[in-house]
Amino acid sequence: MSESMAPPKRAFAPVQWMRDNLFNTWYNILLTVVVVYMIGTSIGPLLNWLFLDATFTGADPKDCVGDGACWLFINQRLNFFMYGFYPDAQQWRVDIMFFLLAVAFVPQFIERFPARRWLGIFGMTGLPIIGYILIPGGWFGLEEVQSNKWGGLMLTLILAYVGIIGSLPLGIILALGRRSEMPVIRGFCVIFIEVWRAVPLITVLFMASVMLPLFLPEGMNFEKLLRALIGITLWQSAYMAEVIRGGLQAIPRGQYEAGSALGLGYWRKMRLIILPQALTLVIPGIVNTFIGLFMDTTLVLIIGLFDILGTVQSTITDPAWQNVAIEGYVFVAFCFWVFCFGMSRYSQNLERKLDTGHKT
Amino acid sequence: MTEQMQSEQGQTVVDSAKADKTIIHVEAMHKWYGSFHVLKNLNLDVAQGERIVICGPSGSGKSTFIRCINRLEEHQQGKIVVDGVELTDDVRHIDSVRKEVGMVFQHFNLFPHMTVLENCCVAPIWVRKTPRKEAEATAMEYLKRVKIPDQANKYPGQLSGGQQQRVAIARALCMKPKIMLFDEPTSALDPEMIKEVLDTMIELASSGMTMLCVTHEMGFAKTVADRVIFMDGGEIVESAPPHDFFDNPQEPRTQQFLKQILHH
Ligand SMILES: Nc1ncnc2c1ncn2[C@@H]1O[C@H](COP(=O)(O)OP(=O)(O)OP(=O)(O)O)[C@@H](O)[C@H]1O
Ligand SMILES: [Mg+2]
Repeated sequence: MSESMAPPKRAFAPVQWMRDNLFNTWYNILLTVVVVYMIGTSIGPLLNWLFLDATFTGADPKDCVGDGACWLFINQRLNFFMYGFYPDAQQWRVDIMFFLLAVAFVPQFIERFPARRWLGIFGMTGLPIIGYILIPGGWFGLEEVQSNKWGGLMLTLILAYVGIIGSLPLGIILALGRRSEMPVIRGFCVIFIEVWRAVPLITVLFMASVMLPLFLPEGMNFEKLLRALIGITLWQSAYMAEVIRGGLQAIPRGQYEAGSALGLGYWRKMRLIILPQALTLVIPGIVNTFIGLFMDTTLVLIIGLFDILGTVQSTITDPAWQNVAIEGYVFVAFCFWVFCFGMSRYSQNLERKLDTGHKT
Repeated sequence: MTEQMQSEQGQTVVDSAKADKTIIHVEAMHKWYGSFHVLKNLNLDVAQGERIVICGPSGSGKSTFIRCINRLEEHQQGKIVVDGVELTDDVRHIDSVRKEVGMVFQHFNLFPHMTVLENCCVAPIWVRKTPRKEAEATAMEYLKRVKIPDQANKYPGQLSGGQQQRVAIARALCMKPKIMLFDEPTSALDPEMIKEVLDTMIELASSGMTMLCVTHEMGFAKTVADRVIFMDGGEIVESAPPHDFFDNPQEPRTQQFLKQILHH
């Protein structure tokens, strides 16, 4: 028997790589040249505007004199963009939630972080409970802060987080229900999904805030934010259900049969055998839906809630500041990008980790 | 109506009382797929410890038949009693039958997201409520028996077909079933892997397990089977001990089938 050897190392040669990928055909050469030219001419002015000529600090709008961006504007109004009208003295409560959110989810990007899994579970279960106690207050000696004072990034995160955490389990239930053999359950799920999916979110929000109170009995008038959260979650769960159903359909019948033959009942079979595989398959679709939801939360503007976009938009018209619209929107775009890019990276990590080399 | 149901329940109890010898009892069983009559009037009694090989041409209903025994398929007429429990729509009956009946599939159907060991432990832990430690110990024992204990922490996708099928056998055995069903366990395998799986099955047969195997491995049938059953067109055409079946088949359809497969 011959010795087993280590696999040959593949050296990374940049020149070779460029020749193979950038300059291998005449049209690739052309494209490379054009793209390099365009990057070259635009990167300088962009960097100048973003950083070199930009104003970061100062006392008031007059300090923004350079040709570059006026980040002073963001700097000065950051409090409003983060917390909306949440009272200054109570903002530590929101800070705790920001901190816990980071504690729960940032380690998810770090391979081999101790207790990473438990932190993740905390992020899905403990975190919303703490948030539910801390942010509205009104108990345990905490001063009550009504939801019409909430705003900015904090509100955006609440909307997205609740939508995500709520729609995933609901979506799973709906997807299973849609494939159920029981006609009543299946019918209900089909109708639910098709009705919600056929309505744009903006309509859902509008109905939740304006029309729902007309139908609800007197006195049962719960807050606008809560109505928006319920609307977003139900609407999102219909989409989620369809994504997950796609995953369920991709699982071969043999997996169901093997589960049944071992004596696993319906729920165990789903939880232990089918869903882990189906959800893994549709991680890209699920995260795509989450990202979509994250963006769509900005629509709450039309029912008078001030999320991060809303707070920024309402300040750029402030006559004290001249021409800060671009800075405002760049800032909003950057905030959204950080979270959405984070989700996307996380999903890629997860996909790699869950890949067990099975090919069917 | 209720009375009638009760008397049927009584019947089940009587059946279980005399079940010490007959472990599977199939009586006048019919099955249809839509309007297609796949299984026609099947009758079969299997004694405890008996090893039965079922063969027949493609589409004759062999798979459908053994899948009825653990209710992966539903029969519409007649009676199937497994280990004293009659298979009806009652979910509790189905569950208790499935606990006692292990099944090995043509395409293995291992759970790709679980390691070999987890594949073997999932049912004992969740169905039999065995403590994890104990389930793992049992699983390792069976993995040793099918000669792949060293693969316990790999994923099915990392194993060869023959190894996967042996894991599938071990997985079924971990539930300590009284009956094992095999549906063409070797026909998705390359020739050099068939032997390792057949050896495992022969070893299992010698341990006194009740086995029903759908297979075209006639060598296996000759060495192991107590009875060979030939099915064609949804019927049991002939049922005989292997030496009678191969040397002296009674029915012309059996003779023709044997001529075909033995000449290949
Ligand atoms: N789900 C189904 N719906 C309709 N017809 C089916 C279904 N499953 C099987 N059949 C038909 O029932 C018949 C018996 O099928 P079965 O799979 O039991 O045959 P088999 O004897 O196992 O054949 P093979 O040796 O090819 O596995 C076939 O004609 C098949 O086309
Ligand atoms: Mg078959």
